[in-house]
Amino acid sequence: MTRFSAMSLLKNALTGQKGWREQWPDSQPRAEYDVVIVGAGGHGLGAAYYLAKEHGITNVAVIDKGWLGGGNTGRNTTIIRSNYLYDESARLYDHAVDLWEGLSQELNYNVMYSKRGVMMLAHNVHDIHSFQRHIHANRLNGVDNAWLTPGEAKVFCPPLNISPKARYPVLGAALQMRAGTARHDAVAWGYARAAAARGVDIIQNCPVTAIRRGPDGAVTGVETARGFIRAKKVAVSAAGHTSVLMDSAGLRMPLESYPLQALVSEPVKPCFPCVVMSNTVHAYISQSDKGELVIGSGTDQYTSYSQRGGLPLIEHTVAAICEVFPIFNRMRMLRKWGGIVDVTPDRSPILGKLPVPGLYVNCGWGTGGFKATPGAGHLLAWTVAKDAPHPINAPFTLERFTTGRLIDEAAAAAVAH
Amino acid sequence: MLLIHCPYCDETLPEAEFAYAGEAHIARPADPMATSDEEWRDYLFIRTNARGPHYERWRHVHGCGRFFNALRDTVSDRFLMTYKAGVPRPDLPATEDAQ
Repeated sequence: MTRFSAMSLLKNALTGQKGWREQWPDSQPRAEYDVVIVGAGGHGLGAAYYLAKEHGITNVAVIDKGWLGGGNTGRNTTIIRSNYLYDESARLYDHAVDLWEGLSQELNYNVMYSKRGVMMLAHNVHDIHSFQRHIHANRLNGVDNAWLTPGEAKVFCPPLNISPKARYPVLGAALQMRAGTARHDAVAWGYARAAAARGVDIIQNCPVTAIRRGPDGAVTGVETARGFIRAKKVAVSAAGHTSVLMDSAGLRMPLESYPLQALVSEPVKPCFPCVVMSNTVHAYISQSDKGELVIGSGTDQYTSYSQRGGLPLIEHTVAAICEVFPIFNRMRMLRKWGGIVDVTPDRSPILGKLPVPGLYVNCGWGTGGFKATPGAGHLLAWTVAKDAPHPINAPFTLERFTTGRLIDEAAAAAVAH
Repeated sequence: MLLIHCPYCDETLPEAEFAYAGEAHIARPADPMATSDEEWRDYLFIRTNARGPHYERWRHVHGCGRFFNALRDTVSDRFLMTYKAGVPRPDLPATEDAQ
């Protein structure tokens, strides 16, 4: 792997940019691996990278049915934050934010992590109570989060409409300054490049059709479109298709898959300095470095694998954006798309060992998995390497749905996650 | 927008009139005191999450207000049939090629 540096940029600029080589090889599957990771999104590639770097396990394959980073990693609105209510969640998401901080340097790849602040708007008394409770809980957990008056919110984000005559007036806001955005493709590419440099095989366009178990019940490998691949350990990080795959291993999961949509506007000059979320009118928005407004919509009410989503949601979302930011009411939208998200009953992920020996899972991130990318990869790698969960992901078991020890962020977060 | 046939109103109407109500044909355990933790888990949390034909409940909230069941393909989002609540689960239509 050629390291990127000012010197390498200059050298290639002087030689007509002809010296760049491919960043990772297009690997062909071998017959056997120590670890097979299903799903080459940010989470899966991150796990492969940390397995190689921190645990010395390099005989690893990451297998994806499409191209790497082409699933939810490339379909989200790139928001990073950690202002979750419960102790377990605060630790989990703040662990990820800690890793985001140094990720570009660590990977020698600019993931464009921008701490521009995430501001969540309160529109009614319930919102105020709920956000202030979050702020206090966050501060006790060492997670930054602060309360803003409507005037302060307007100073932080000038396009915001704080008129008391608005249909849903802004009564205040919670601001996490350490939160922000990153470039989603670069995260997948950075991890892929760094993992491949350490000997990890990244196998694209190769659907995994089933997980195979031996007579003793332990995992023996995966069936793929290019034949059987033997593996001592299999980690599934397949988002919306996790439950389909787990069915083949004889495991029924507490997951439901929904389409989640997002859309972008035509690119405009910089006009929006931060990320704003409103759970009550259900709108969230930021501006990408290319200039597009990136707008997150909601999940459809019905389960689906269609990767499209219904138009009524887009209509609803755009109406909410125009309500909160009248400045955008003549903005034209460029395109919309959907991704399939796997949602757990308590809206917290499942990250850990499964009852099947040698099988691990990282799923259930629902509508908010991107922010956790480095943390999820790091913790999945730890769990696979040591065959035991890290203290941070220990509460996020599958067994919690039997014991009742739920981490109920669904009740805590209301709508947006 | 999906078009959904309400078996009570006998009309095909836009999705906005309906509310999704989860997987169909899940029966509450008959004797709660004798139900194990695993059985409660299966009843409360475990879902088929089918990729393909999926039996599910809908409610015609902005119409007759009644619950009914539907069979919908979750890959194409096409409704294969809708039927009244209480009707036993019908078999998959034979003509539908499995996804």
